[in-house]
Amino acid sequence: MSLLTRNVVRTLVQASSRNIHSTGALNTSKPEGRVTCTLIPGDGVGPELIYSVQEVFKAVSVPVDFEPFFLSEVNPVLSSPLENVVASIKKNRICLKGILATPDFSRTGELQTLNMKLRNELDLYANVVHVASLPGVKTRHQNIDTVVIREQTEGEYSALEHETIPGVVECLKVITETKSLRIAKFAFDYAVKHNRKKVTCVHKANIMKLGDGLFLKSCEAMAKLYPTIEFEKMIVDNTTMQLVSNPQQFDVMVAPNLYGNIIDNLASGLVGGAGVVSGASYSAEHVVYEPGARHTFSEAVGKNVANPTAMLLCASKMLRHINLLHYSQQIYGAIQNVLKDGKVRTKDLGGNATTDEFTKAVIYNLK
Amino acid sequence: MALRFLKHSSEIVAPALKRNFCSAYELQHKNPIQRKIVYVPKAQYGGRHTVTMLPGGGIGSELMNYVREIFRYCGVPVDFEIIDIDPNSETNDDLEYAITSIKRNGVGIKGNIETKSEQTGIISRNVAIRNELDLFVSVVNCKSYPGVRSHHQNVDLVVIRQNTEGEYAMLEHESVKGVVESMKIITEEASERLSRYAFEFARRNGRKKVTTIHKANIMKLSDGCFLETSRKVAKDYPDIKHNDMIIDNTCMQLVSNPQQFDVLLTTNLYGSITSNVICGLIGGAGLLSGRNYGDHYAVFEPGTRNTGSTIAGKNIANPFAMLNAAVDMLNHLGHTQHANAIADAMYETIVTDKIHTADLGGTASSTDCIQNILKHLDGKNISW
Repeated sequence: MSLLTRNVVRTLVQASSRNIHSTGALNTSKPEGRVTCTLIPGDGVGPELIYSVQEVFKAVSVPVDFEPFFLSEVNPVLSSPLENVVASIKKNRICLKGILATPDFSRTGELQTLNMKLRNELDLYANVVHVASLPGVKTRHQNIDTVVIREQTEGEYSALEHETIPGVVECLKVITETKSLRIAKFAFDYAVKHNRKKVTCVHKANIMKLGDGLFLKSCEAMAKLYPTIEFEKMIVDNTTMQLVSNPQQFDVMVAPNLYGNIIDNLASGLVGGAGVVSGASYSAEHVVYEPGARHTFSEAVGKNVANPTAMLLCASKMLRHINLLHYSQQIYGAIQNVLKDGKVRTKDLGGNATTDEFTKAVIYNLK
Repeated sequence: MALRFLKHSSEIVAPALKRNFCSAYELQHKNPIQRKIVYVPKAQYGGRHTVTMLPGGGIGSELMNYVREIFRYCGVPVDFEIIDIDPNSETNDDLEYAITSIKRNGVGIKGNIETKSEQTGIISRNVAIRNELDLFVSVVNCKSYPGVRSHHQNVDLVVIRQNTEGEYAMLEHESVKGVVESMKIITEEASERLSRYAFEFARRNGRKKVTTIHKANIMKLSDGCFLETSRKVAKDYPDIKHNDMIIDNTCMQLVSNPQQFDVLLTTNLYGSITSNVICGLIGGAGLLSGRNYGDHYAVFEPGTRNTGSTIAGKNIANPFAMLNAAVDMLNHLGHTQHANAIADAMYETIVTDKIHTADLGGTASSTDCIQNILKHLDGKNISW
């Protein structure tokens, strides 16, 4: 009995104290050195948001240089060739990206969008969206802290569609074991690294028994390697209902492509919308930081009203990734302070401050 | 018959670790030959690696802190998952978790882990890690640093040691009271895999000669098999010279004329002995690092396997062995830029600045060494 209690206690202690120790640290000495980062402003309000990031970086002299590329699918004439952008990201390994607009009709007849091409070129398979309630942002639910991890190189986004006979279109959804195992492992490793307790696999294996079945099976197989992380599975329709009624129950969620996309947007809506949620796409070698809910907000172009929070949070996360933890915390703290004060709010959060005013408020709050 | 076969095969399949309280039969019928390993994707995301860190007992945790401090300072994109194994534990839970963690991260760095329990069911942690992960080869690079007080200068040899079978098969039993049999297992399969590794290693690293270390004059079948296999493999590598030497003679040659050796290919126990002899010749336990490789996993550790409990907490332990292990790990992960920067800074510290800890005849403390390494790293422009 005593042996049992000791084991249980030890397991609990380990579960709470065992965490990943990053190589970055706060306020400690470090050799000087500059980092280059690829920059894709994107369509819509993207350039305005990026400008905000650059202003904040300038204010604290962050040792990061940008390598800007204009990449756009709706403006193909002005767009840099994809190869150049890919080469730059391969060299720098990090990228800050606005959102690329995707038209409903393909002019060239190609089914793959520019976003998909970029992801496939770099094998950016894992999209991570951190949905967290922010201070001072009024929403229906409080204390949400969920991470949505989405496979984004296969599934419904395989760009394999064809019309077999007129009036009948087939769209192929591809699920492979290798990629499912890979994304499942990513989710669990993310949970271990960030001290999270639970991973929820979102699926529809009751209907798509083979495709989603394989995804679910891969997640279950991977869960066995992580005895300290709780594993749970949930059908996608139920997940959406649970998210709008009781979103606090979720910790880390892992989903195939389309479900992940829907959950990203739904969850973003819960904490204040597309302007405040940051995301990142990972491959083994590279990371592309971009806002979590992908909307270009093209109706607000030039009006100076877009909320730069999401892009600033992306930048802060990027700095953490490249071991510049001090700058990362500084910027993160400033954003928190501005939102908490609630005096400077952009239109989407119920205020009437401009993008510039918000940026200035963040700079003013940098310590 | 079929029933017996079934029972036997289930014994083989059952992972050795699950048997915390196992019978003598189960202990004796462990299968030491290579295991089938399921493919697990690598833990590398956005250019950052996660590595399992097992600080182990004695000076392990302080040395690991130095490694982390240096990694932090030059911004190495590696995160550590730190797992402590309680040396007094009577169960294998911690150990199992540690092995699972290495399985999912693919790479580990470890100090020496003590096994205090003498219960038969509690297996040696170091051996268990090697066996469970099928780390069949251990590589120790023995290269002397100029300027370090030692018995021999200009030694540059590599010990390649079988790591999972031989004398360490952990098959011992008392057949009648007072008579204990310990089995030494040599399989052709494992020997060939090891020999091939050794010759490939020699070819890739521009080495000229491989020497098989054995005692085939006495153990004609077991060591004979090892020797025969290495001879057979040597035929496929005509560009590499191959010879063999008996272990007792090897030890004598090593202490009198170690410069004659290039790559040493040995079974488990002989490898342990020879690598310790060489470490002693060129500067002791505090300098060299060892690498353990399997088909899927790699574990890095200080070259000689002792915990140094007596000098723990006194700030006099030599940090270079662990740092060398960390550099090996960075090379393995492909972060060569960081690896070279750290290795250069270490070389400067030992050879140019002559900052030596007590075990090398100096007076510097561990932190003096680290401070000096950090000073050398300062001028270097390393990307994150």
